Amino acid sequence: MKFSVYIRQRIGSILFALIGLSILIFAIARVLPGDPARMALGPRAPEWAVEKLKEELHLNEPFLLQYYYWVRDGFSGSLGYSLVTHRDVARDIVEFLPATLELIMYATIARIVLAIALGVLAGRYANTWIDNTVRLVSYVGVAIPGFVFAILAVVIFGYFLNLFPTMGRLTEGLVRVPAITGFMTFDALIAGSFAAYVDALWHLALPAFSLVLGGMAQEARITRASIVENLNKDFILSATSHGIPERIIILKYLLRPSLIPTVAIMALDTASAVGNAFLTELIFNWPGFSRYGVNAMMNKDLNAIVGVVMVTGVLFAIANVIVDILVAYLDPRIRVIERAE
Amino acid sequence: MPLVSERRTQDIRKGWYKFSKSPLSILGLAVVVVIISVTIASPLIAPYPKHAEFFVDFSNANKPPSWKYPLGTDIMGRDVLTRIIFGFRYSLMMAVVVLSLVTPPGVILGLIAGYFRGSWIETIIMRVTDVFIGVPPLVLALAICSVLTPSAFYAMMAVSLMWWPWYSRLVYSVTSSLRNEYFVQAAETTGASTFHILFREIFPNCLAPILTKVTLDVGWVILIGASLSFVGLGAQPPTPDLGTMVSDGAKYLPDLWWVTLFPSLAIVVTILGFNLLGDGVRDLFATEEV
Repeated sequence: MKFSVYIRQRIGSILFALIGLSILIFAIARVLPGDPARMALGPRAPEWAVEKLKEELHLNEPFLLQYYYWVRDGFSGSLGYSLVTHRDVARDIVEFLPATLELIMYATIARIVLAIALGVLAGRYANTWIDNTVRLVSYVGVAIPGFVFAILAVVIFGYFLNLFPTMGRLTEGLVRVPAITGFMTFDALIAGSFAAYVDALWHLALPAFSLVLGGMAQEARITRASIVENLNKDFILSATSHGIPERIIILKYLLRPSLIPTVAIMALDTASAVGNAFLTELIFNWPGFSRYGVNAMMNKDLNAIVGVVMVTGVLFAIANVIVDILVAYLDPRIRVIERAE
Repeated sequence: MPLVSERRTQDIRKGWYKFSKSPLSILGLAVVVVIISVTIASPLIAPYPKHAEFFVDFSNANKPPSWKYPLGTDIMGRDVLTRIIFGFRYSLMMAVVVLSLVTPPGVILGLIAGYFRGSWIETIIMRVTDVFIGVPPLVLALAICSVLTPSAFYAMMAVSLMWWPWYSRLVYSVTSSLRNEYFVQAAETTGASTFHILFREIFPNCLAPILTKVTLDVGWVILIGASLSFVGLGAQPPTPDLGTMVSDGAKYLPDLWWVTLFPSLAIVVTILGFNLLGDGVRDLFATEEV
């Protein structure tokens, strides 16, 4: 099987899963809670108004037809009307998503760099105090829920030490940054304000780090395990006996094969960050997609809930395809075997 | 037969030896044993069992830790230690209910999908698991709970709905690798029923990975349960719940730090304990393969 065929098959099965997910979440939102029109208008709205809204939302049609309307509207860029923001859910999501993506981007960079550094250190100095410290950090890191860490961070770094801001994305009244990309740090640079760039980064620090911890701990442990395994392999021995400096052995020879098992987890963690961001954004009052999702859930805003779950599913799917491509890039055997067949 | 069972006892003894050699596994086991005992005996141990229900005592509200209230009191004047002790109950119950609901269907579907590899049965089962695995469990659980009336029961159901595919995946991969082994072929040749092959021949080989996964999953289920309660979509007041306590207390930070800090620590210690135990269990079974 050629690699391109394999990737195409993977994308096919992921698309299939997304269709399944859309049916599932749509069914949950439509079948379970009773009457969305009544919920939208509140208990005191007159019956005729409820009936009219039902008509508009196609709620009197059979389920499959409702689903068909929803998919059709989805392709024309509409995810239905939000009860909370009184706008189209798709418009809301487009507005709120960049803040979340920016948060996840910085969290991911920090997580991967830290995880690899800790994993390599622990693996290179296996069974020394360095290894044990990393092990301790990773056990505790996995066990601390993101929301607990976020709260502690707000209190310790935000309140007692007063080192970091704990609310929003930019200090109010500092400078006006035009929303071009939606990524506050990029927009600040485009606007030419270095002060705003630093300020935005400063605001990102705590929420991003709350997303880093759990994944970092796990990835560091997996990296350590494969580093230890590969250190004993012949190709490292041969490189060492050729007198290649250790730094180069680690960076050029050891790291690449050792990262193969980590990369899959890393991409999954990145995708899970979308889920973990739900609580983090709530705590830091981060005006992003996930806080929008939580608000929708608190207010039983059905269209928004369906939209948020679907967009999360799509992000997850994209991450999965990226993993496959990355793993194949790191592990040439996957590509070679396929050519031999 | 006796030979086989003798070997198994030996394996278990070897495994236990390895387990007991690792201080972290023992620590995990100790933490888990303590938490389970506390859960069972909570009405006896808790200093103020009444504080786990509707209870208001404003004269003793917001008291910092003292001899009378070792971990302080909350804004209703309830003893935090008592509520944490009872909070373990809900967390553990969540884990037990979810994992016992999830394992049987997950395992059976995995066995079937793995055994009938290449047929339409496998396609259907694995495609369905793809749907559930295609989105972070927390997000879908949150969505399901929010659509329903928030309650402990629905929280458990929602998490269960999210969890079984992982067991199907796990058992599927073991089963499909055993599918063409000689002992399965031998059973097929002698005309054993599919039921016999699935549950008597293949299933025992899946036990070790399943048990390991169950132990490791306890921590994750507790984590996701606490996250649901944190948002207000889990157990409802006045049920003492660690996640709810953290989010309620967070409103009064940093003044009433004890109301948030101690339940947070309780969550961390519980998850840590089960994770350490889970790693120990994994090593215990790993010896059998060597």
